[in-house]
Amino acid sequence: MNKLKNSILKGLKKIAYPVCAIIVAIFISVFFVIWAKEDSVFHYFSTLTDLFSVIWKGSFATKRQAFTTLEYITPLIFTGLANAIAFKTGLFNIGVEGQFMMGMLAAGIIGVIPGLNVFIHIPLMIIGGMLAGGVWGSIPGYLKAKLGINEVINSIMMNYIALNIINLLILRTAIGEQRKAATPIIQISAMIPRFNNLSRANIGIIIGIIFAIFVFWLLWKTTIGYELRAVGNNPQGAEYGGINIAKNMIIAMGLSGAIAGIGGALQVSGILHQVQNFVDLPGYGFDGIAVALLAKSNPIGCIFAAILFGTLNSSSKILQLNDIPKQIVYLIQAVVIIFIATDYIVKYFKEKKKKKVIVNG
Amino acid sequence: MNKVIEMKGITKIFPGTIANEDVNFDLLEGETHVLLGENGAGKTTLMNVLYGLYQPDKGDIYVDGKLEKILGPNHAIKLGIGMVHQHFMLVNNFSVAENIVLGLEPVKGIKLNLKKAIQDVRTLSEKYGFAIKPEDIIEDITVGQQQKVEILKALYRGAKVLILDEPTAVLTPQEINELGIIIKNLEKEGKSVILITHKLKEVMRMSDRVTILRRGKITGTIKTKETTMDQLAELMVGRKVNFTIDKKPQVVGTEMLRVENLIARDRRGINVVNGLSLTVNSGEILGVAGVDGNGQSEFVEVLTGLRKAQSGEISLYGKDIYGKTPRQISECGISHIPEDRQKRGLILNYSLFENSVLGLHRKSPFSKGMVMNYKAIREYCKKMIKDFDIRTPSDEVSASSLSGGNQQKLIAAREISKNPDLLIASQPTRGLDVGAIEYIHRRLVDERDKGKAVLLVSLELDEILALSDRIAVIFDGKIVAIMDRKDATETKLGILMAGGSLEESKEEVKNFE
Repeated sequence: MNKLKNSILKGLKKIAYPVCAIIVAIFISVFFVIWAKEDSVFHYFSTLTDLFSVIWKGSFATKRQAFTTLEYITPLIFTGLANAIAFKTGLFNIGVEGQFMMGMLAAGIIGVIPGLNVFIHIPLMIIGGMLAGGVWGSIPGYLKAKLGINEVINSIMMNYIALNIINLLILRTAIGEQRKAATPIIQISAMIPRFNNLSRANIGIIIGIIFAIFVFWLLWKTTIGYELRAVGNNPQGAEYGGINIAKNMIIAMGLSGAIAGIGGALQVSGILHQVQNFVDLPGYGFDGIAVALLAKSNPIGCIFAAILFGTLNSSSKILQLNDIPKQIVYLIQAVVIIFIATDYIVKYFKEKKKKKVIVNG
Repeated sequence: MNKVIEMKGITKIFPGTIANEDVNFDLLEGETHVLLGENGAGKTTLMNVLYGLYQPDKGDIYVDGKLEKILGPNHAIKLGIGMVHQHFMLVNNFSVAENIVLGLEPVKGIKLNLKKAIQDVRTLSEKYGFAIKPEDIIEDITVGQQQKVEILKALYRGAKVLILDEPTAVLTPQEINELGIIIKNLEKEGKSVILITHKLKEVMRMSDRVTILRRGKITGTIKTKETTMDQLAELMVGRKVNFTIDKKPQVVGTEMLRVENLIARDRRGINVVNGLSLTVNSGEILGVAGVDGNGQSEFVEVLTGLRKAQSGEISLYGKDIYGKTPRQISECGISHIPEDRQKRGLILNYSLFENSVLGLHRKSPFSKGMVMNYKAIREYCKKMIKDFDIRTPSDEVSASSLSGGNQQKLIAAREISKNPDLLIASQPTRGLDVGAIEYIHRRLVDERDKGKAVLLVSLELDEILALSDRIAVIFDGKIVAIMDRKDATETKLGILMAGGSLEESKEEVKNFE
C-alpha cells in the first residue's frame, strides 16, 4: 500500500513541473490576448474564461470538432516519439520534419499501386514510410557517429533536401500528376479506415498510442533501450560497459526517423490521401520537439503532450474568428517550452553547484 | 606564544549539507598545524572560509587577536594569509619569477623591472632553502617545483600564515622530504603553516599540532608528540582502523597478462605510453607505481580497449587481445575498476540494479534475445548489495545518490562478480574514506588469494607497498623497473618514479636507509 502511495507521489512529482509550465503559459498568454483585443487588464478573468471557452469550442465542443482535433493530435504523437528517442540517446534530431516528409512521399508513391489487398497495401505503405524516414534519419546519425559532424546542423539541412527532392519529384516527374502539383489520390486499398464522415480522423491515432507503448517498452525493457539510454546519460560510461557508441547513435537516429516516417505514411494513408507540393516545411517535426520536451522524453507522456498541442493547433481557426489572434497558440507553446527549458537549466546549475561543494570537500 | 589565527564557532552550511558546524581552530606563531580529516570532512571548506572564499554563516575569525571579517582572497592576503590550492594557478608559459611577481610587478617607469623581480625571487628562495631558478619556464619544471613556486608566490605577497591544501598528493617521496625541510625553514622564520591532509604519516612527520575534523565537527586538537597514528585514525574515522592487511603466502601461478613494447598516444598526439612491457601472473598483485601523468591512465585504457594503441603486443593467457573492443576484452576475462568512477564506472542516472549489469546486460540470465530480465537483474543486484556491504536504501535509487565509497563498492562488486582472470584496478581508493579503503583493499587481496591476477595502478605509494607482490615503476610511459615487494623501499621507488636510476643514486639510498 505504502509502495503504491510512494510511486503515485513520485509520478505526481514528475508531472508537476510540466503542469505548472502549462498553467503559467496560459496565465501569461492571457495578457497578450488582452493586448491584442485592446481590452482592459481588469477584465483579466473574463478574458481568461473567454480564451478557454473559445479553445474548448474550437477543439471539443461538437462531435465534429472533437474528431477534427484528433487529426491534429495523431501526427504529433509520432513526431513527439521520434524526438523523444533521440533525446534519450543524447541527440537532437531536428530532422524529424524531413523524415516525416520522406515517409509521406514513400506512402504517396506506394499508395497509388493498383490491385493490392488492403491487408497488404496498408502495411506496405507503413513499412515504406518507416524505411524512408529511417534512412533519412540514419544519414545524419552516421555522419555524427563516424565523422563527428553535428547532427543538429545536418538534420536541419536534411529537412530542406527532403523538401526540395519531394517538390522536384512531384512537379517535374511522373510521380506527380500533370498540372496538379500533387501525387494522384491513393488507391482505396491504401486508405486506413476513418472513424466517421465528420472528419478525417482515423485509426492512425490508435496506431500512434500503440507505438508510444512500444517505444516505452523498447527504451526501458530491452537491451537496445538500455544501451541507448546509457549512451544518452554517460557516453564514456557506456563505452566502458562495452557499448558501441557510434552504433547506438546510428540506431537512435534511424529509429527516430523510422517512427517519424511511419507518422508521415499514416498522414497520407489516413488524412491527406495524396502528397501535395510543399511550399514550406509542414511543421509537424518542430511541434514534435515541443511535445517531447513537455513530455520530458517519456513516450507515454508524449501522448498527453500531443493532445495538448494538437488541441491548441486545432482551435487556432476558431480563435481567429473570435478576434483572438491565432498566434496565441504558438505563444502558449513557446512559453511552455521556455519553462521546460528553464527547468533543465536550473537542474544543470544545481548539479554544477553540488559538484563544486564536493570538490571543495 | 601568540595566536596568529583564531576561528571561533565557525558554521558553514551548503544546501543539503553542513560543511562546518561550530568549529574552533587556532594557529600559533611559528607552528605547523595539520588539519586532518577524511574526504568531505570539511577541511577545505574551513580553510576557504579563512581565505575569504566563503563567508561563514556563523562564527568569528580573529587575526592577530583582532576581529576581522575576511571579504575575499585579496583581503586575506592583505592580512598575511596565503593559500596554495591543490590545483596550481600558474601561467604555464611565464617564467618562475614572472609568475611570482604577477600582480605586484616591480616597475621602472612604465616598464616591468624583470631584473629586480628575478633578484627579489632569488633572495626569497635562498632565504627559505628553495632550490629554484627564477628564469625557468613553468611548463618545463616538475610538479614539485611548481608547488614551490606557489609557496613563494604567497611569501612574496607577505604571507605570515600559509595554508597548504593536500600538498603531498602530487609529490614523490623525495619531494615530500624536501617540502618537510621547507616547512621547517618557514617555522624558523616565524611563519605559521596549516597543512590540510588525510595522510597520517605526514601528520606524524611534519606537524606540531593536529586538529581532526569528522563530518564537519572537531573531534580533537592534539599535540603531535603526544599521539599515535592509531589514535588519530580513530578520531578521524570514529572507530578502530586496521592498517595492515593479512595476506596468505603467495602461490604464483602461470603468466596471465603479457604486454610488450606498447606505444599509445594521448589526445595531443604525444606518445605517453612509450614502449611499455610487463607481465602479470595469476595469484599475484602487480602494483604499478608512478607519479601522475606518466602514462598510467592511457596504459589502462589501451589494455581495456578504451583507447587505440599505435603498436605493441598484448596477450591474455596466450590469447592476442591487442586492438580488441572493450566488450571483446571483457569477454576474454578482464575486469576493470576504472580510475574515474563517475565518468567511466557508472551511469550515474541509472538505478543501482541497472548499473550492476553494465557490461553484462547482454548476457544470460540478464537478458534473453533483446528483452531484459529485470527480475534476475534485481536479484543479482540485491545479492551484491548484501555481499559487498553497499549502504543504500534500496536497489532502485540512482547511483548518483550513493556516497563515493559506496559507488566504488558497487563497481568493485560488479567487476569482481564477473569472476575475471585478470582484475585491473586503477586508483581503486582515490577519494575514499579510510573505512572504504580498508574494504576495497581486502577484496583485492581476496582475489589474489583466490589465484586471480590483479594489476593495481595507483598514485598512492602506501597502497602499492601494502598490497603488491611485485612492484613495477612507470616513468615517462615505460616500466623502468620491476622488483619484488621485499626488495622495494619508499626511497628506491621514489628515485625511480622521479626518473632516476638506482645505480647513480646508491649513496642517496644508503643515506636514507
